[in-house]
Amino acid sequence: MKYLPLIWAGLWRKRVSTVLTMLCVVFAFALFGLLHGFSAALDGIIDAMSDTRLRSMSRVNITQPLPLAHRARMQMVPGVDEVSYYNFFAGYYQDRRNSIQVGAIDIASFNAIYPDIKIEPQYIEAMLHTRNGALVGEDLAKEQGWKVGDRLPLGSAVWTRKDGAENWDFEIVGSYRSPSGRVPTSELWINYDYFDEARAAANGTVTLYFLKIHDSASAAAISERVDALFANSTNETQTQSEKDWVRAQIAQIGDIAFFVNAIILAVMFALCFVTGNTMMQSVRARIPELAVLKTYGFSNTAVMSLVLAESVILCSVAAALGIGIAAVISPPIYRQFGAGGLNLPVAVVAVGMGLAILFAIVSASLPALRAQRLSIVDALAGR
Amino acid sequence: MTALVSIKQVVKGYTRGKQRVEVLHSIDLTVERGEFVALMGPSGSGKTTLLNLIGGLDRPDRGEIVVAGERLDQLSSGQLAKWRARNVGFIFQFYNLLPVLTAERNVEVPLLLTKLSAAERRRNVAAALELVGLADRAKHKPGELSGGQQQRVAIARALVADPTLLVCDEPTGDLDRETSESILKLLELLNEHQHKTIVMVTHDPRAAHFASRRLYVDKGSLANAPLGVAA
Repeated sequence: MKYLPLIWAGLWRKRVSTVLTMLCVVFAFALFGLLHGFSAALDGIIDAMSDTRLRSMSRVNITQPLPLAHRARMQMVPGVDEVSYYNFFAGYYQDRRNSIQVGAIDIASFNAIYPDIKIEPQYIEAMLHTRNGALVGEDLAKEQGWKVGDRLPLGSAVWTRKDGAENWDFEIVGSYRSPSGRVPTSELWINYDYFDEARAAANGTVTLYFLKIHDSASAAAISERVDALFANSTNETQTQSEKDWVRAQIAQIGDIAFFVNAIILAVMFALCFVTGNTMMQSVRARIPELAVLKTYGFSNTAVMSLVLAESVILCSVAAALGIGIAAVISPPIYRQFGAGGLNLPVAVVAVGMGLAILFAIVSASLPALRAQRLSIVDALAGR
Repeated sequence: MTALVSIKQVVKGYTRGKQRVEVLHSIDLTVERGEFVALMGPSGSGKTTLLNLIGGLDRPDRGEIVVAGERLDQLSSGQLAKWRARNVGFIFQFYNLLPVLTAERNVEVPLLLTKLSAAERRRNVAAALELVGLADRAKHKPGELSGGQQQRVAIARALVADPTLLVCDEPTGDLDRETSESILKLLELLNEHQHKTIVMVTHDPRAAHFASRRLYVDKGSLANAPLGVAA
């Protein structure tokens, strides 16, 4: 600690240069925190997904509807506790550009399958007794300024009513939230029965089925049994656990870890030269001062350590700031990706700080060696 | 008196480009404890090289150097560093203070290598600054001090670890006449009352006059100061 004032003073000898270098390091480590945090958040999303909840859709693609009659046969499969269903609505509010995610559901079975979504009992009752009732997600309500009791005229880009009208009239009878923050609350849910009776086409079909099972170990076997029920029919299904489905969706983006590491490596490589140059200039400007330290008994190793310590302090303070910025702005971003409730993982912070120290030592190694090899006599003579 | 510095048959040269230049030729010198010796001579004569050898900043090519009972020519670079920290205080022509540190922090530098506590270091620094008459300038940075004041801070730094030997390289070379005289009087005081042994390189005969012995280095050899030089 007694050397700290000496190190600190050396660091701030060229204030502008030090501040600019620090800003570069702050930016680089904020990027590091965000990218690695994003990668970790995706893992968090996968972990948060249930493996006791299966998801069944058309084997052709998600836009192909499945008959509602599938539900009864799915419920007969051993190990399946409950089956619920969901139909995309493709809604918009007032303007076609203001699209609203709307899902037509069966509230009773849906509530049983999603215990991680909190709906007050009176809202469920209201949905059951109001045919055109709707439950609004907490985030969506905030975004649109909606509240319980509001009448909600929605249009749909896909579904017209039997009378040919595009307009649908709903009444918000309740809301839902996700205490864990792991389920997006940016949708509006309407009663499937009301929607199905009123729509002009594709009646008696659904987009998705959700199946609740009690044994996660048998998820794959139950999925196979469900798909086998409809094999070689006109409405074949593809069933998998929610966790596997999300993992497959993320894998479609590509090898995220590779991209993240490649970007970070490129940034760090470039930054190494910036920091190394700052330290080299700093050492060059202080050659007589470093010689004086040696004159007064500081060993070659001690002088080298002072230069390395300056670099470590500069980089670790800047990296801590950068990672701190990433830690503050990450949770809202994770929430947008459906990983609400997650913070920047401690492992990312620890790896970042370790990397900052390694980076500081590597970038300052040449200036530190120069300081170590400095000849007192030559330095004092200005040679 | 006993010898503090004993130099026997010391040879020192440097390689500049492809040429080897011998700067000191078979120098013999003894400096007694408590002496104030002035080394004079023209530029390039080798006086600073000799001073560097006495201060343990450099090692001879040949010969024997004993200072404060230690064979400097046999010490490694690390051992020399430790020896300097214990035994020598340095004063330079251009003060060589660290510009970003306050006067007291500059004076504290040699003490950082000791095992003294922070409170003890503060006490010693305050005493050294008091001795050179700069107690009221402790919090000032070098840029806020005059040349004479900066040199006094440098002297306080040289004294703070209580070394046996003070090595001064043109300590008044950058100062006006009046300030030079006050610095030289301070060195004289340290020699007479604190019993510091001082070896000082100077071009200035007036400065040399403060020393108890004057030596003349010319073309790498040592002689007593010729008449007229130290008058």
